[in-house]
Amino acid sequence: MSLQDLLDQERSHKTAMGKAFLCDRVVFRGKDLHQELGDKDWFSLYLFSITGKEYTIDEIKMLNYIWLCTSYPDPSIWPNHVTELAGNSRSTPSLSLMSGMAISEASIYGRRPDRRAISFLQSTNKAVKEGAELGEILLAELKKYRVVYGYGRPLARIDERILHTVKKAKELGFADGEHFQLALEVYRYLRKNKRLSMNVAALDAALCADMGMTPEQYQLFMTPCFIAGMVPCFIDGITKPEGSVFAMRCESIKYSGVEKRSW
Amino acid sequence: MNNSFGYKTKIWFEEPESDNPFAARKSYCHGYDVYGDILSKATWFEYLYLLFKGEKPSPRQAKLLETLALALTNLGPREPSVRAAMNGGVGGATHAASLMSALSVGAGQCGGGHEVYILMSLWETCGLDLGLWLQKLHDPVEDKREDIWKPMEHAPGFDPNGVSCPTPVKQTLSALARYDENGCLSFLEETREQLEASTGIPLSMTGVAAAAFHALELDAHSATMLFLILRLPGAAAHAIEQRHLGWKHFPFYGAHIELTEDAAHFELPNAEELGL
Repeated sequence: MSLQDLLDQERSHKTAMGKAFLCDRVVFRGKDLHQELGDKDWFSLYLFSITGKEYTIDEIKMLNYIWLCTSYPDPSIWPNHVTELAGNSRSTPSLSLMSGMAISEASIYGRRPDRRAISFLQSTNKAVKEGAELGEILLAELKKYRVVYGYGRPLARIDERILHTVKKAKELGFADGEHFQLALEVYRYLRKNKRLSMNVAALDAALCADMGMTPEQYQLFMTPCFIAGMVPCFIDGITKPEGSVFAMRCESIKYSGVEKRSW
Repeated sequence: MNNSFGYKTKIWFEEPESDNPFAARKSYCHGYDVYGDILSKATWFEYLYLLFKGEKPSPRQAKLLETLALALTNLGPREPSVRAAMNGGVGGATHAASLMSALSVGAGQCGGGHEVYILMSLWETCGLDLGLWLQKLHDPVEDKREDIWKPMEHAPGFDPNGVSCPTPVKQTLSALARYDENGCLSFLEETREQLEASTGIPLSMTGVAAAAFHALELDAHSATMLFLILRLPGAAAHAIEQRHLGWKHFPFYGAHIELTEDAAHFELPNAEELGL
């Protein structure tokens, strides 16, 4: 960016995304928030904020299910654990939930695998359509990165969400989507040849790819998806005696560093 | 004793008080008694170095870390992470929220933590080889997979919007080079103009900070964390100041926002009809 660009930016901030004309109206991606978008449910508005697109009722049901089915109110799950610790340390609701949401942008679960899963399915779908052999793509991916995002799951042998999600996708008519079918084909190949299971990230990514989301849009969509599971953990933490949850005595620290020494 | 959920660590261990297994009588960091020994003998920067590296720093290393911390302590109220904290402070947000906003904005790859992270891997690869630097700066991230981080839009360590290397950057580089035992900062000082000619943009504070972290033999994770931590004091002070000054003295950008895609115009509901 040139100095002139900065000087121009200093004068005004041009945007098509929206503006609040306080005391008058609010424009939200080209529509009047209260008059044109006022009958939407919040979830639909959130999707509109990301893609600028309107979704059908069944698409909204499917996308809503993606969030719902991964809302686990269990404080052993890392983002929830943080939320419960925050509540029990008597932090605030917003700080607790935002810290849980922030650490959901993780590498072994959450947003980075989400993003890579949708990208992988999109690029693989394109390559297969152009004549590439799926098995060769998968073996190359495993050889290079040792992982196919959306397949395999830390801590668990199977992903219970898979069955529910496939059932819901069939009910709502999304099971025939090309990325969805590809995700299942990848699963069958990896189960047979590499004994790898599938986790719900593959199916969620496939469903959103079939609805035309880019990886960026998909990550934005998925960002709050754990939050309904975090709230009960916060409540649990805040209602238990302060400083009491997951108590750990000094001797529970498993130390393997250097011996005692003097400064 | 139930330790089935205990954390594994090479950093820290504790001995409990005799009357309470959950209260530490003594805490040890990399083997040193923190409250019985370190507290009275070490400086904060010696302790910081120990915490991240596992060993005491040499006097020059401690001085290098302290000098870097001084340079990063406050980048002023125009710096995006500091502005973020100020936006928290002016509205009376929680103190943690102001710092969280500073961390989030200051985490990015345009002058932020992730730029330092990328630079640390470049230092690992290029070391003091100018030829490699000139090559790698134009394509600094080898892993091209889709990621939460965007591809770099400029040569890391350089200011994409800069014209010439700002005086404080040169002053910091020069001050740090005095304590550098590995030659990284001297190398950067000597090659700066060649690197700037190649990238077309001037050296930035992230570039200097990463060189200092590499000189301190810190890994990419430690360097990034420390870079984020060491910039927080300025964010905090400015957030507190704006909290006290109040929102009437804080710029509100409403008139600055120019909408390029307007909506159809509608009348507001009639207040009288609504009994308001």
